[in-house]
Amino acid sequence: MEGLFFNVHSGYVEGIVRGYRNSLLTSSNYSNLTQCETLDDLKLQLTPSYGEQLANVASPFTTSTIASKATDKLVQDFRYLRAQATGALAKFMDFLTYSYMIDNVALLITGTLHERDTKDLLERCHPLGVFEGLPALCVASNIEELYSIVLVETPLAPFFKNNLRSADLDELNIEIVRNTLYKSYLEAFHDFCTTDPTLKGTPTAELMSEILGFEADRRAINITLNSFGTDLSKADRKRLYPEIGKLHPEGSLMLSRADDPEAVRLAVEIVGEYRSFFDQSGLGQGPGSALGGTQKSLEDIFYQKEMELAKDTFTHHFTFAVVYAWLKLQEQEIRNITWIAECIAQNQKDRIGNYISVF
Amino acid sequence: MSGTANREAVFPTRQSLGLMKAKLKGAETGHSLLKRKSEALTKRFREITRRIDEAKRKMGRVMQIAAFSLAEVTYATGGQIGYQVQESVRAARFRVRSRQENVSGVQLPAFESYITEENNDFGLTGLGRGGQQVQKCRDVYGKAVETLVELASLQTAFVILDEVIKIVNRRVNAIEHVIIPRTENTIKYINSELDELDREEFYRLKKVKNNKKKALDEAEAEMKARQALEGDKMMLSGKGGDEPSDLLAGEDEKDVIF
Repeated sequence: MEGLFFNVHSGYVEGIVRGYRNSLLTSSNYSNLTQCETLDDLKLQLTPSYGEQLANVASPFTTSTIASKATDKLVQDFRYLRAQATGALAKFMDFLTYSYMIDNVALLITGTLHERDTKDLLERCHPLGVFEGLPALCVASNIEELYSIVLVETPLAPFFKNNLRSADLDELNIEIVRNTLYKSYLEAFHDFCTTDPTLKGTPTAELMSEILGFEADRRAINITLNSFGTDLSKADRKRLYPEIGKLHPEGSLMLSRADDPEAVRLAVEIVGEYRSFFDQSGLGQGPGSALGGTQKSLEDIFYQKEMELAKDTFTHHFTFAVVYAWLKLQEQEIRNITWIAECIAQNQKDRIGNYISVF
Repeated sequence: MSGTANREAVFPTRQSLGLMKAKLKGAETGHSLLKRKSEALTKRFREITRRIDEAKRKMGRVMQIAAFSLAEVTYATGGQIGYQVQESVRAARFRVRSRQENVSGVQLPAFESYITEENNDFGLTGLGRGGQQVQKCRDVYGKAVETLVELASLQTAFVILDEVIKIVNRRVNAIEHVIIPRTENTIKYINSELDELDREEFYRLKKVKNNKKKALDEAEAEMKARQALEGDKMMLSGKGGDEPSDLLAGEDEKDVIF
């Protein structure tokens, strides 16, 4: 049924997204990129995809320029899509920008608390997460004011309202604030995709449920692993786990009790997929082995998995998930290019093959 | 060398000769001491140069690894974390202590780095993703800064030693090429002046002696002449001049009547 009317409102956008997907770099493109000797060579190789953005860059250019120009392209494309989107798709795309908004708001909260230069802060914000009320955050002079401005001015109000009090902004570490917001965001996004009347029961709900569930699990595992050796208490940690995904609730409970990578490994064993990730990364088998040079780190494997999910999404029709998938693929591409450029700039060719390419 | 130009302005007396000799001896002792100091410093200097070379090479490698680990962080977190890290840091984790090292009387500052382990202000950075890379990057940069501190300490020692060695060498050269020759010249001058004086004195004495002798001779001659004259007179007066030769003979001398 959903195929019948989908194209009436969202067909154009889907078409565009599929077009964008085809312009993503492929494995052969990447292998060409890794052959480059200098950044100028790299620029030449990137011309088909990023020619427009890189054309006017003066010659001695750095990896950060490449990254920012590539991000410009992503933002430009995304804004075009957003302008074309209507109805549920528009809401869906707004949800996509919220994760960037969380980062930006966290940045501004940090900056405002430390009384930094507003202009400097706004420049550092991710362009996808910029919204009208963002600069207003910088006006706040105390925590109370900041909190109320966040509630009034930002689309993130629901995430704040249910999870944080005004005092938390000051007391809690900004990373905890950010992760609390992110958890809340993931849950809200998941809720939107599965219960919204226009999306319920569509491939979108199905796909997004899987993708967001994976994202949630990944965050839970990462938070657990990264919190070892810090002063984050187990109870606090538990509150950061999103209540969706394959690990919820048993896995989350076990994660919240974990003390070392081995315990994390046991906790995620209930999901076969994740166990194989741990096997591949060698994590939990010995202290520090995950940081070994040649072996893929768990993060890399998660990225790989995320990209595979995104790639699979394109095999489905009539779904909004392709927009999400495209965004993630494009982001990964930017990371890949930055990585390759960095390897070339620093002359570290032995690790250059660490990028993730799915096409 | 002209004897007059390169010497100290002293009166050529025996006292100043003694002073000069003491000074020469002092200068020679000082010279050998300073020379030894300079050698010790130079040895140390060479060692530091070698270590700086090593440290610089090491720093090149370490910095490369560090920069690369930062690239890894950028890749893993997918964004800029620099700002967050800057804001969440409250107290220094990596600290430097300075102490003094004594090398042949030169105080060299040596920097010592230490890490306050419990201080982990941005331990939660990258909690959602990339946290491990952030921590790893922090450790790698910690090592890089350690190398930098080591290098800084060596460089400071290098600069100070360089200066000190220059000063010491200047002193050694000044003593060797200026003070010692000048003192020697002065001694030579004083000696020659004293000799000159001696000779003059000797000559004068000789003259005086000559004069005295002459006067003596003259006086003697005069005396003799006078005696001869008197003898003649006595001879002439009748009595022989050999009166003392035969005192008893003259019984015909008039009796002395009191």
